[in-house]
Amino acid sequence: MSTTLTTPEPSKLRGIGGGRADRLFRGTLIFAASSVLVILAAMIIRTTIEAWPVFAKEGLFGFVFGQQWSVGTSRSEVTGTYGAFPFIYGTIKTSLIAVVVAVPLAIGIALFTNEVAPKWLRRPLAYTVDTLAMVPSIVYALVGMYFFRLYVWGPAGQVIADSPLTSVPIIGGFFSGPVLLSSYWSAANILAIMILPIITAICRDVFAQVPEDERNAAYAMGATRWEVMSKVIVPHSFSGIVGGTMLGLGRALGETLAVAVLIGSSQRWAGRLFAGGDSMTAVIANTFADAHPEAIWALLAIGVTLFFITMFVNIGARLIVARVGGRVGGGAVI
Amino acid sequence: MEQQTVTEDHAPTSAASTMDQRPGLHVDIGQRRRAQHNEVHITLKDVTVKYGTFTAVRGVSLEVPRKEITALIGPSGCGKSTLLRTLNRMNDLVPTASVAGSVRYNGEDIYDADVDPVEVRRRIGMVFQKPNPFPKSIYDNVAFGPRLNGVKRELDDIVEKSLRRAALWDEVKDKLGQSGLSLSGGQQQRLCIARAIAVDPDVILMDEPCSALDPIATLRIEELMREMTSDYTIVIVTHNMQQAARVSDRTAFFTVDVDNPQQERSGVLVEVDDTETIFTQASDERTEAYITGRFG
Ligand SMILES: Nc1ncnc2c1ncn2[C@@H]1O[C@H](COP(=O)(O)OP(=O)(O)O)[C@@H](O)[C@H]1O
Ligand SMILES: [Mg+2]
Repeated sequence: MSTTLTTPEPSKLRGIGGGRADRLFRGTLIFAASSVLVILAAMIIRTTIEAWPVFAKEGLFGFVFGQQWSVGTSRSEVTGTYGAFPFIYGTIKTSLIAVVVAVPLAIGIALFTNEVAPKWLRRPLAYTVDTLAMVPSIVYALVGMYFFRLYVWGPAGQVIADSPLTSVPIIGGFFSGPVLLSSYWSAANILAIMILPIITAICRDVFAQVPEDERNAAYAMGATRWEVMSKVIVPHSFSGIVGGTMLGLGRALGETLAVAVLIGSSQRWAGRLFAGGDSMTAVIANTFADAHPEAIWALLAIGVTLFFITMFVNIGARLIVARVGGRVGGGAVI
Repeated sequence: MEQQTVTEDHAPTSAASTMDQRPGLHVDIGQRRRAQHNEVHITLKDVTVKYGTFTAVRGVSLEVPRKEITALIGPSGCGKSTLLRTLNRMNDLVPTASVAGSVRYNGEDIYDADVDPVEVRRRIGMVFQKPNPFPKSIYDNVAFGPRLNGVKRELDDIVEKSLRRAALWDEVKDKLGQSGLSLSGGQQQRLCIARAIAVDPDVILMDEPCSALDPIATLRIEELMREMTSDYTIVIVTHNMQQAARVSDRTAFFTVDVDNPQQERSGVLVEVDDTETIFTQASDERTEAYITGRFG
């Protein structure tokens, strides 16, 4: 028995508009993506060209480690002396202290929010911390200036400066008085508050990713809640915490307004914590308004330097995260 | 390929043929016919566990003999895991869970107000369905529990002893520093067993410990469980009938019951007896239906 098979209707596989629309869409996306690169490149190149005469005169080493910053008034050549060390030092010092203050606090807040607080309180808590990130910089600057500095950091600094900590060899001098109200300490504290939300948010995320199984395994071995937090959740999240810390550090390095009003604007750098100083962003914000052209170049040179420092911090962050993440075989990666 | 040893308890069956058998048809129940059981280690009396208002298991009374294996079997959702977790107060971690009735461990009610659940869990350890080593080294996985208890000096000994006890030492002794996650599934589960016994419990609860493993790894764990009865009381949840038949001394059969006045579904214990009796002459027809594969 045989049957004749009929040929089916062609299924219209060859559409018309599809291919072209796809290509258009692709082109738009490529344009959007590449415009970012173009903008970035334009910014780096432009500022570097403007800043070049200053680098040329001081040399990179002289610029980065030079102690003296006295601006000239020329419009065509570099006549002043531009050693940016006090500012670079102030930026790094305040940012590192901010991280040292903020990270333990952020871990604590995130653990409390995720693991300890009753269910109904968790969301409000998370929102509250996230809201801190939405407060404009100028508000931090004002609140730091007219409240925290006077009633919190000043008195707290005084307590530290009066404590036996100051007689510990080597590090004692760092904590010694007098305590100025506008200082590295005040700037670092405002930075700590400002980077707290991002670090806390990242910690919350990575803590939430610790598998239920791992917590249960620890509980089943007789771990207390505290031990589960400190021995399972935090170690598991280590790479994420490092990532969040570096992200916070990046923000702290670049923050301008709040630091500019709180750091003291003293052009002599000091080793002490409670002394006034200056930072890269602060000196740009505080002096560019009445700067002559050559001083503008010098400020741009600071800007370029800050850009590279921030970039290295971010690259370093990614390397650390990738390495740590690979070693423990998993863990959240930023 | 892992070497497959056959203990005296079992007729030599290949892993593959064992797994191919239909439940209840050619069950190998071994030679563990018992004249008499050991003394009771854990006693449950009229235990009811609720999640909020939902009753997951109702009115379970059960005795778990010391240094024997008790299997909890029954269809999915009948509350086996729930009941297992009440034995070491893991249900405390579920905020909605509440336990009524009494669970006595060595005669002491572990739900008494002044009992510390942390202490309970140090004596009654647990192995989970999915192997769940920490993302740490093999050594650190096993050392985790002892370190919690402040052990520092004899740590190497404890780690070696626990790994030997879990029949894993020979496979990992040269790579204790490697991540626990680098091991195979069966090795990971034995690592979890080593980790559980490192804190020196005397009861080990296992919730479907082989369900994520291949047949050969499963057999190794089963052999290990038999060996472990010289030191430990084991309660195992399994949905694999042959496994219950192969490893356990006593079997408790649970089912989901809707015959109560409120018409709500909750898990109940149908019967508990010597494994051999359950598998050959169960007294309740629901048990027989289940183990011969006509149900669930
Ligand atoms: N944490 C929980 N919250 C609410 N209900 C749960 C929870 N855990 C289990 N249950 C419910 O309790 C019943 C028994 O579950 P379980 O003990 O996991 O059964 P089994 O292990 O026998 O499959 C199921 O109906 C399940 O949905
Ligand atoms: Mg279960």
